[in-house]
Amino acid sequence: MTDLTTRTIVTNGARPRRERTALTPGQWIGRAVVVLVLLVFTAFFILPIVWLVLAPTKTNNQLLLDGPFSFGSFDQLAANWNELFAFGSGVFTTWMGNSAFYSFAALAITLIVSIPAGYALALIEFKGRRLLLVTTLIVMLIPNTALVLPIFLELSAMRLIGNPLAVILPFSFFPFGVYLTYIYFSTAVSRDLLNAARIDGAGEVRVFAQVAMPLATPVIALVGFFSFVANWNNYFLPFLVVGGTKIPVQVGLANLLANVPAFNPTTASSIVIQLPTLALATLISVAPILLIFLFAQRFLVEGMTAGGTKE
Amino acid sequence: MNAGQSRYGYVFVSGYTLLLLAFGLLPTLYALYLSFTRNGAFVGFDNFVKVFGDYRFLPAVMHVALYVLFWLVSLIVLVVVLAIVVHGIRVRWLGNTARFLFYIPGAIAGASSVLLWLFVLDPSVSPVSALLHAMGYESLVNVVAVGNLPVVFTIIAFWAGAGSWIVIMYGALNNIPVEVMEAARIDGAGPVQTAWHIQLPMLTKWISYMGVMSLAAGTQLFVEPKILAQATKNIVPEDYSLNQLAYLYAFRQNDFSGSAAISVLLLVVALGLSAIFIFRGKLFERD
Repeated sequence: MTDLTTRTIVTNGARPRRERTALTPGQWIGRAVVVLVLLVFTAFFILPIVWLVLAPTKTNNQLLLDGPFSFGSFDQLAANWNELFAFGSGVFTTWMGNSAFYSFAALAITLIVSIPAGYALALIEFKGRRLLLVTTLIVMLIPNTALVLPIFLELSAMRLIGNPLAVILPFSFFPFGVYLTYIYFSTAVSRDLLNAARIDGAGEVRVFAQVAMPLATPVIALVGFFSFVANWNNYFLPFLVVGGTKIPVQVGLANLLANVPAFNPTTASSIVIQLPTLALATLISVAPILLIFLFAQRFLVEGMTAGGTKE
Repeated sequence: MNAGQSRYGYVFVSGYTLLLLAFGLLPTLYALYLSFTRNGAFVGFDNFVKVFGDYRFLPAVMHVALYVLFWLVSLIVLVVVLAIVVHGIRVRWLGNTARFLFYIPGAIAGASSVLLWLFVLDPSVSPVSALLHAMGYESLVNVVAVGNLPVVFTIIAFWAGAGSWIVIMYGALNNIPVEVMEAARIDGAGPVQTAWHIQLPMLTKWISYMGVMSLAAGTQLFVEPKILAQATKNIVPEDYSLNQLAYLYAFRQNDFSGSAAISVLLLVVALGLSAIFIFRGKLFERD
């Protein structure tokens, strides 16, 4: 890329030459292979999503008989929408609401505890700091599902099963957020700056609130992004610890499946869900995350590469 | 170290430390306790022996191992190849668009992605039904036959997870100095040689990171077989993976000790991988 831009400047706006020189047969084949690989994988990644966006516009018959990428009608989309939201007297709305409640409540607690913790780990000396840091790293790298059954067993011993707190509190424990904050404060804020404030007579709380916090907006957004996405998409923990009308949409989706005659011909329920309606439910369940992803690619990369900033 | 400052250090980390104890350390200790006891009495390794002897245990280990193998190999090979190919695109907007399209499925995780793939793998509604028919599959049940499952789960996991790794590898490739790439070209290295001798060695650190994270995550397989079991009326067995087995122990057999034993095994694998990576690797070392 850099190559292309410099060349364009050197040739004074003329077309870059290198792209135009005759290719040897070997290079031709190489290019063709590259283009083919890109097309195949683009199709692989994108076609399922395109299909998912189009499916809710069709009737069950259209879905089975028409081309997979045809558009049905807006009327049918509305009909499927109504069927979905009427299902079980509007239980889908309840599920979406639960997901939002759990995700935001946990996000709030995560931010309240992680930002000061990451700050202290990065900029304050205290005994046990190193131990806390290493523990955080180790827990951060184990998949969150590894602790789900032990957490369930613990919550069950504490008689918290079925309580919204059984979802919110474990969600709030987000070591990755502490790690991101730690990295941010140890690279973006200097100890000298804090010491200057201390010499001016500011106490520790004021140093944190008035010097560090105003600089922390980027990392708050970053931690918020990762925490929200992780909470919203989590299936295993809420599946175990809440039931009935308290389940979030990820768990609810799987329950919807039990009412789809196409997948469960012997379904006992008298109220059935048609395939296009299930597709619509899937689409709506991911819509918030999809929207966040569309606007936050930068966050994703920054967060996932945070460990590699120092060589 | 300043005593006043240090005291505030504790105040600042207190909330997080409480959560770490409550939902990191305590459940681990409790699972350990349960796995070595039965009804409150210490029984040594009895629970583990019982789980190992369960006729469902070994098949579950094999299922998970096979899936993890497929998943790791395809992830490492394809992510590296795709990152290098996308990095080689000289038209800027085209490269950006490709990366964006690759990573967007990452938004669709958990149950939602499994549901979407139920549709994609069902020949009657699939966007690629012609392909499925050509491969001789007439119904969803054919596609998700037990022998196919490691590949099916690999495809689902790759679809949702590969994009963000491609973006990360792409970033790492950008860190290779332009002069190095230029020098290689002047020395007559083609794109394949450059990739093999210059780009690949620069990526090893990230490849090992991706490998360790994916290996640990892969052993945890749960939601995919769980939902497929539900959708196919248990043609996909409900004890396919280790986590499903642990779930059945807790919920079907009311055997929390057995469930804890399986969780402890999986936790040991995850903790081991993570610890090796932190103490041996340099990726997360900062002070």
